[in-house]
Amino acid sequence: MLQNLFHFLIYPGLLFVTVIGGLLSWFDRKVTAMVQFRKGPPILQPFYDFLKLLLVKETILPAQGSKITFLMAPVCALCAAILSGLFILFPLLGIKAGFSGDLIVLFYLLSVPSLAYMIGGLASGNPLASVGASREMKLMISYELTFLLVIAGIILKAGMNIRLFDVLQVQNDTGAFIGSISGVLLFIASIFCLQAKLGLVPFDMAEAETEIMHGHFIEYSGLPYALIKLTKYIMLFILPAFLVAIFMGGFKWQGIHILWSVLKILVVVLLLTLIRNTNPRIKINQAMRFFFLWMNLLAIIAIVLIFFGL
Amino acid sequence: MAFKDFIFKKSLWLFHFGGASCNNCDIEILDCLTPRYDVERFGMQLVGSIRHADVLLVNGSINKKDKVRLLEIYHQAPKPILVVAIGACGCTGGIFAEGNTFAGPVDKIIPVDVYIPGCPPKPEAIIGGIVNLINKQPA
Repeated sequence: MLQNLFHFLIYPGLLFVTVIGGLLSWFDRKVTAMVQFRKGPPILQPFYDFLKLLLVKETILPAQGSKITFLMAPVCALCAAILSGLFILFPLLGIKAGFSGDLIVLFYLLSVPSLAYMIGGLASGNPLASVGASREMKLMISYELTFLLVIAGIILKAGMNIRLFDVLQVQNDTGAFIGSISGVLLFIASIFCLQAKLGLVPFDMAEAETEIMHGHFIEYSGLPYALIKLTKYIMLFILPAFLVAIFMGGFKWQGIHILWSVLKILVVVLLLTLIRNTNPRIKINQAMRFFFLWMNLLAIIAIVLIFFGL
Repeated sequence: MAFKDFIFKKSLWLFHFGGASCNNCDIEILDCLTPRYDVERFGMQLVGSIRHADVLLVNGSINKKDKVRLLEIYHQAPKPILVVAIGACGCTGGIFAEGNTFAGPVDKIIPVDVYIPGCPPKPEAIIGGIVNLINKQPA
């Protein structure tokens, strides 16, 4: 019992993913600044932002709208993010945990934060928040199918293993999945899914701050907004970690491999940041067409290639 | 309390309210976010919603219609909130001070923490005002 609490709250749970996620968020902002020839924020900036929202700012509840749902939605998002972080990080850190079928559970858990944002936005009773929530809904409909196809491809590639630990074992024996043609195709599709899941720029129409003023987050202030920020930091760590686990063979913690493990995460985050900095925001119908037509096509081609053993 | 004040001053998020402005001050404010002046190195960023804001930047002369909206925005903001009056019109009314529809400079409507005069103030002057804001002791 005590050990479970330690795992959930400290390592590799809440505290660990928060610290790493905050540092990755700083990395994201710093790279953005360097792309634009600026100096960028100091290294502790994400933690300053979080603590300011948590300790200093006042929390305002919307007069119209459901107050309890409005407050509970960020808590749900945070809990789901930590839980999925545990499912991903236990196998990655070499602890034999999880059960047969935890890849399917992960797929559901990773979609809960977006759902919670949507519910919170709709509960706030703000018209701009409902616009943002409905855009998020359409975005989810488009990217979830692609993400499911990617996971299906991974399961096929790992010889019908639906357990993350076994997928890592298969990669240890036969080499990382990204080393084959089908692996590269699946990786491209999943990078764009991540971009949409994290709400980064080509797919940030749900919280477009210049047009609908942060969309579903418009009414959040103080403590609930701090929880949303925390969820965003955690997602920025665990989603790249998931990609590293299913494509790049995971982490190893001896000798020079520690450097490789850190570099793998940084390269995935760098890729996301560069896509975010070199693209404009697209419209929601363009995003749906992009995922339904092109990304699904890519994933299906990859699955066909897997059947031929490529 | 000192820790809270330190955290607050390290991460100020800006919300921009433009009154009946001639748009010169707006452009100079946006200049501060460009690569040459870059206020993000102080942890500042422009936010779209007043619920996330820590600093309310007011520029332009405030006429009778703007006054209602400025008060509404000020009451919607989560406290503590700092107010900065930018430009001659924001600080005193400038050439509009005797006008028919003029409803008083910003400090007659809401309490102002820092004034940045100039028509328009240069980005260096705005950064100087920001330094004043960060060094100001809490009341």
